[in-house]
Amino acid sequence: MSPDILFYFFAALTAGSALAVVLNKNTIASALCLLVSLVGVAAIFVLLDAFLLAALMVFVYAGAVVALFLFIVMLLDTYGGDRKPFKKATIVSSGFALALLVLGLVTFADRGALETPAAEASATAVVPVGASLRAYGEQLFTTYLLPVQIVGFLLLIAMLGVIVLSKKFEGLEDVK
Amino acid sequence: MTVGLNEYLYLSAILFAIGFFGVLLRKNTLIIYMCLELMLVASTVALVAFSHFNRTMDGNVFVFFILTVAAAEVAVGLAIIVALFRRRQTIMVEELNALKN
Repeated sequence: MSPDILFYFFAALTAGSALAVVLNKNTIASALCLLVSLVGVAAIFVLLDAFLLAALMVFVYAGAVVALFLFIVMLLDTYGGDRKPFKKATIVSSGFALALLVLGLVTFADRGALETPAAEASATAVVPVGASLRAYGEQLFTTYLLPVQIVGFLLLIAMLGVIVLSKKFEGLEDVK
Repeated sequence: MTVGLNEYLYLSAILFAIGFFGVLLRKNTLIIYMCLELMLVASTVALVAFSHFNRTMDGNVFVFFILTVAAAEVAVGLAIIVALFRRRQTIMVEELNALKN
């Protein structure tokens, strides 16, 4: 099976289940569709030779994020067929926005702004980029050393923020 | 016909559009959050595709950082949603109108 068929298969899977996330009535079903969509994206990453990112995608997104979503949905206990039908004005305005988006995309592609780079010809000779862990390590610990440290601080701040947010504050007046 | 950069960018644009319209159309805060994640993932697809076709590492490393930020964002956002639900007993955006009037 050629990679082209694989690309179209996984692209359809990803886009279809992404659409199902939006249109589903049940929140849990939406979260599971998000899971399928993210696995499809991981497969697309494999087709682009980014094996490490594909694995991370499955671990971080499919493993942690979707599990967290499911946990919160069940904790809040608001699932069930609670989606009201869309209002007419909403449908009209979103259709208009969609038309604008398609127009922009078609114009962009029409003018040939996105030519595939010429390096394609020698693709077999070059080692696929993003395939080796060593390349990531070299980049992360030389060029991107400062961003790595900033991201570490960001994670620490996020952790503290979550702890503060989930703490119960007594004597705080309710908004409503 | 071989799959080139354009096809990957179309996929990325479609995913981003689906996430965008999900944020616009849905009223459930959790679904809005999932759609935000979809938009982030769409941008990572574009970055990895650029990285692959230009034979550089930078796009891949950037996706690394996006993944980290997305994980932190989900944790904080869901904590906010839980805190909100504790106070207001709802997560539907049309009922969260304390700033109205």
